[in-house]
Amino acid sequence: MQPFKPVLLEAVGVPDGHSIASYKSRGGYAPLEATLAGKQPLDVVEMVKASGLRGRGGAGFPTGLKWTFLPKDHPGPIYLCVNADESEPGTFNNRIMMEDDPHQVIEGIILSSYATRATTAYIYLRYEYPQSWHRLQAAIDEAYAAGYLGKNIRGTGFSLDIYLHRGAAAYICGEETGLIESLEGKRAWPRIKPPFPAIEGLFRKPTVVNNIETMACVAQIARRGVDWFKSIGVPADPANPRDPGSYGPKLYCLSGHVEKPGCYEAPLGITARELIDRFGGGVWQGRRAKAVIPGGISMGLMTEGELDTPLDFAGPGKVGCLGLGTAAVVVIDDQTSIVDFLHNSCRFFAHESCGQCTPCREGTSWSLRLLERIKAGKGRLRDLDILLELGNTMGMMPGSTICGLADGAAWPIKNAIKKFRGEFEDYIKRTNPSGWMVTDPVPALQIVGAH
Amino acid sequence: MATVIVDGQEIEIGADERLNCIEAARRAGKEIPHYCWHPGLSVVASCRMCLIETGQRDAATGKVTMVPKLVPGCQTPVKDGTVIVTESQLVKESRARVEEALLIDHPIDCPICDKAGECLLQDYHFQHGQAERRADLHPFTSRKRDVGPTVTLFVDRCIMCTRCVRFTREVAGSAELMVTSRGAKEEIDVFPGHPLANKLAGNVVDLCPVGALGDKDFLYQQRVWFLKREANVCGGCAAGCSIHTEHNQDTVYRLKPRENPHVNTWWMCDDGRYGWHHLHDDSRVLDVMRRDAGSAPGSATTLEWADVVVRLRDDLKAAGRLAVAVSPMLTVEEAWMLCAVARSIDPQAFLAVGHVPVVGADETFPGGFTIRAEKCPNQRGVAEVLALYGAGGNTWDNLVAHVAAGRADAAWITGAYPGAWIDEAAAAPFAGLRHLVVQDLFDSPLMQLATWRLPAVGFAERAGTWVNVAHRAQSFAQAIRPPAGVWPEGRLFWNMLGRRGLYDPVAVRRQMAESSAAFAALAGDLPAVGVDLRIHQLA
Repeated sequence: MQPFKPVLLEAVGVPDGHSIASYKSRGGYAPLEATLAGKQPLDVVEMVKASGLRGRGGAGFPTGLKWTFLPKDHPGPIYLCVNADESEPGTFNNRIMMEDDPHQVIEGIILSSYATRATTAYIYLRYEYPQSWHRLQAAIDEAYAAGYLGKNIRGTGFSLDIYLHRGAAAYICGEETGLIESLEGKRAWPRIKPPFPAIEGLFRKPTVVNNIETMACVAQIARRGVDWFKSIGVPADPANPRDPGSYGPKLYCLSGHVEKPGCYEAPLGITARELIDRFGGGVWQGRRAKAVIPGGISMGLMTEGELDTPLDFAGPGKVGCLGLGTAAVVVIDDQTSIVDFLHNSCRFFAHESCGQCTPCREGTSWSLRLLERIKAGKGRLRDLDILLELGNTMGMMPGSTICGLADGAAWPIKNAIKKFRGEFEDYIKRTNPSGWMVTDPVPALQIVGAH
Repeated sequence: MATVIVDGQEIEIGADERLNCIEAARRAGKEIPHYCWHPGLSVVASCRMCLIETGQRDAATGKVTMVPKLVPGCQTPVKDGTVIVTESQLVKESRARVEEALLIDHPIDCPICDKAGECLLQDYHFQHGQAERRADLHPFTSRKRDVGPTVTLFVDRCIMCTRCVRFTREVAGSAELMVTSRGAKEEIDVFPGHPLANKLAGNVVDLCPVGALGDKDFLYQQRVWFLKREANVCGGCAAGCSIHTEHNQDTVYRLKPRENPHVNTWWMCDDGRYGWHHLHDDSRVLDVMRRDAGSAPGSATTLEWADVVVRLRDDLKAAGRLAVAVSPMLTVEEAWMLCAVARSIDPQAFLAVGHVPVVGADETFPGGFTIRAEKCPNQRGVAEVLALYGAGGNTWDNLVAHVAAGRADAAWITGAYPGAWIDEAAAAPFAGLRHLVVQDLFDSPLMQLATWRLPAVGFAERAGTWVNVAHRAQSFAQAIRPPAGVWPEGRLFWNMLGRRGLYDPVAVRRQMAESSAAFAALAGDLPAVGVDLRIHQLA
């Protein structure tokens, strides 16, 4: 494979790389000026559509297509919400970009706002990112001072204000309608769709919600061109008409049991094994991987045998995972109990379920209780069947919830039990030799809450 | 017209009707279970009990394409060709799972829960749940807290449908209730220092599908399966909300709003809801007392009702010129008969609408519900009756002036007011009359002056028709019997008119409808939601 020169991460390690001067010296803001001077908003939409850019937030929805869902000739206001509520366990690429190259993000936001005719953009920032907060705010101030934000930018008549909003540390605020509700000052309960945000979003106005990394990609497409972007990644599978391809560079967050964890930029489609070996220096201490999370905990698990799966938008789905997600690859070595993994996963989702839909609220909590029971040496084989049933029935895909949080909670359960059922059964029989076969109701355990 | 296919059965809905799957299925006689959806509140689709399978039938080919997953019936609008499947295996399993999930954290304390017997969680469990408990068994918990002066929250019973939260935000507008915490730990609560104290607060208890919100006024007073309900009308103000009076053994236990799109939709105010306690007040006037004209107060003796019919007429006839206040608490039937009685005693009798209590100003809530300042149910109806007798426009003030001017020798004041309404100064003009008949629920300075003291009955003890502020006439039957021995006003008037048999308000209403254009709309059987009295005048 060709050595790949980082683009999205090019400011990393550059002294003062987060400043506007440094960004401009790398060619930043020139594409914005050219676009404002010579292109129409629709040209930018067409450019992004042609590039095949798919949203980097997790679902991989084509960005240009999303923008075209906005109503035509709307009197406004139209809002752009930038999702920086990066809370998926294992994910930290947005933080790197916001801290080390905030102007790349801001240029992307300005270009995207120009394309969507939004005059106000909100960055919804995860609470736990104080450094990002300072860097982004400083960068926004610099951009105002340089005349890239505010009223009548560069004399083009285009105006844009960016507001940096700091969340209050809730995973659900990363769901796009949960984010919108939270921005409106309400409890972040995801909205029922339709109407979709493009028709009725923030303050009941047409709204686009895009991820930080998507914004950075827009800036790079404007700077380097559509052909450059399409030269990277995996083309569409001709056998699958619903696959629009996976183009462009991607930031992979590599963590867990690897020698060199970190955020690495690679072309979409790199395999998990390649990522671990070439970038991560292999599984730590010379061990073997037992399982790998392909894109954040909610995407499920790949086994060691599935590591040659390409990490593009279509790849992880082929081995039973939910998708690429945020491309946060977490390596679990062969000395780690998958029971512990699933317990941790269930604890996270039980803690983060917003509590709106019954199947998710009770399902995530019940699954945690089942895992607590198994971990306490009181597990029963029957609990695995119940867990699997919970995993198969909660979520947007079976239709039992409003948002995808429950799908994300379900996938680790489904994958872990389907792919590692033997380990669960051994664990249960070993720790509960007298009761693993019981099927009657059993008394609840005292559970130490995650709060 | 649009055709919707519910479990294979085709039903027609109007072209401009916007129905969701729950409403459309109901038209086909299929009940889709639901907790969080309520027609009067916004749709949140969060309980997931109403999950169903839907599809679309192609108009040209007749081919049905199904949606490959379950959808919430409350959130899914129907259009021409919509296919609804409410009984498939997938749907049944989904309902059973939701029931199971809701019961994981529920205390299942039905034996000590006031809601038992009218609880959706109970009903749906028997209809859609599964017998086996697969979740672990909890120690019993029962946490409760006061969320307001009238409502107690039983925290553990809550299923988080958020109907109550949406009600306080969307209808009452005061937004006291909220959701705290997250996931399975979330609870309903109030903001510190802001209790649930709006005038519509009681509705959250009606909205609660389970026993989480308890009405302190009703809590532990009666098992709901002992209660009988009578469709009734609230007499608290001129709005005339449709209600159910729920009672047992001639005792009212609670009032509940009855759905009426023309009047109160699904709600009622707390003034009305708790406005029945006067019916069972020990200080009610129960005996008929009479004294001779000009005799000293205190010389009155009790009479049997049968004697009243004859002697009251004789007394008033002997007295001379008669003035009659027709209370706006009376039904139109009673008002009509009272006027007839009065004119049969004195053909020149002065008739006027009785005292109309007014408190403050009309109060409209963000959801559109209005509490009227006029605290009587039938001013419009009585005024309409008086107009038939050539006494239209006569008010209580006119009557007082008439008496004060010495133009009457006797007065008959009907009251039936639920509380104090007249003071000594206001009663003074009636002091010099030869005979003063006062017919009321409670003693008053006016009644102290009376030569005839007659008991009245309260709203649930009465039958007939009231006409509300929007001219909607609603008929209702008697819910409970008055205290032993007390005749409803209508029965006395009926007998004084010499009519045979038992007092029959329906017969009187039909007679009124036949004999006067103003009441023509009251002909036949009235629908439960009432009729607009002006319907013929408008046409």
